[in-house]
Amino acid sequence: MSDIKTDITITVIDREGVEHVFEAPTDMGLNLMELCKANELPVLGTCGGMALCSTCHVYVKSNNDLPEMTDDEEAILDQAFFVDDDESRLGCQLKLTDKLDGLLVHLAPDGE
Amino acid sequence: MVETDILIVGAGPCGLFTVFEAGLIKLRCHLVDALPMPGGQLSEIYPKKPIYDIPGFPEILAGDLVDNLMKQIEPFSPGFTLGERAESIEKMDDGRYKLTTNRGTEHLAPVIAIAGGLGCFEPRKPPISNIADFEDKGVEYIIRDPEFYRNKRVVIAGGGDSALDWTIFLADIASEICLVHRRTSFRGALDSVEKVMHLAEEGKVELITDAQIVGLNGTDKLHEVVIKHKTEGEKAKSTDHFVPLFGLSPKLGPLADWGLNITKNAIDVDTLDYSTNVPGIYAIGDINNYEGKLKLILCGFHEATMMVQSAFKFINPDAKLSFKYTTVNGVQGFEKAES
Repeated sequence: MSDIKTDITITVIDREGVEHVFEAPTDMGLNLMELCKANELPVLGTCGGMALCSTCHVYVKSNNDLPEMTDDEEAILDQAFFVDDDESRLGCQLKLTDKLDGLLVHLAPDGE
Repeated sequence: MVETDILIVGAGPCGLFTVFEAGLIKLRCHLVDALPMPGGQLSEIYPKKPIYDIPGFPEILAGDLVDNLMKQIEPFSPGFTLGERAESIEKMDDGRYKLTTNRGTEHLAPVIAIAGGLGCFEPRKPPISNIADFEDKGVEYIIRDPEFYRNKRVVIAGGGDSALDWTIFLADIASEICLVHRRTSFRGALDSVEKVMHLAEEGKVELITDAQIVGLNGTDKLHEVVIKHKTEGEKAKSTDHFVPLFGLSPKLGPLADWGLNITKNAIDVDTLDYSTNVPGIYAIGDINNYEGKLKLILCGFHEATMMVQSAFKFINPDAKLSFKYTTVNGVQGFEKAES
């Protein structure tokens, strides 16, 4: 992995309150859920990133310019648990781009 | 009692394809699945999504792949136990395994192939601390027979098609029906949303939005739910039944207690033949684990093919298996098995 350009910094606070800081590439088409899984965080990503489950549910705490929420994502968050109407997003719908540099998220409680 | 050669736990794509490969070497199969239809994750989670990595299909809808597989295995007349969860296994004196489901249906086979995917789909339970205390005592996650609710007071929670459809249906059966949803808008079919709104205006349905059920009270059975509104605080509502309808999510379930080596919710297998640590039990598809494992349907198809060769030798240790191509031999099906 040392040849891949690492571009942005993402901080994820897990369900025990432990902070994890990652350097992540923006040129691999990764999303936040995949980043968490690749780094062994307890994010199941059951549906593989299709916005069909809520196992990658996060609370966004920073002010980054996030991609607009799609109908599919909204439908899932509608039925998810522990949702915060302002901060809740699905990690799989947050593609890692320059705009997400400095992103800070908390993993939502396990709703499954 | 169902008797077969290979008992397949899970009727998703890999479980289904196992029937084909097994059939080519004259092994009969029976499938058990907790869902009421075959297809596993494809049918339950993403039937309308296109899949691009099935060899030979530049693009195929998940639901169509399931239909194709069902057609492909038809000549081998597989049996199905659907809507029942594989619960326990027991080794019999003759060496065969007896598998019993949660509804008590028994199956006997020398070989079990676990094609359980991500686990068995179970209802998502809302995070209410004492909800387990009221299961079957007023709390139900599935409505099997709507007549059960005749003249009873029912509270349904959820915002999708399931919650809307059952609210509409029970409006004429229950003595009181109340739908509680966390938001003000619903994500179900527009038609259903309109029907519910209409019923609410007529006073046949009580609709409480911007609210969630946060507590349950009762002694030997459910007596009331506690509803927390976004802005107006909490209130108790007397009821006989609470039916949370929040969709399904997969859980490893009873498999975890079958004596198999499990790592990270997946069953460890030998890549020679996808056997587990228990002789006669194999694991294929997403449910298994080995170095380099990829959770792809096509990998599961390969694993099924290798596995049935080993299963044949396990069942018929003295028989010789000669490798045949379908282009040479065609597909010779079985007559329908007697049930």
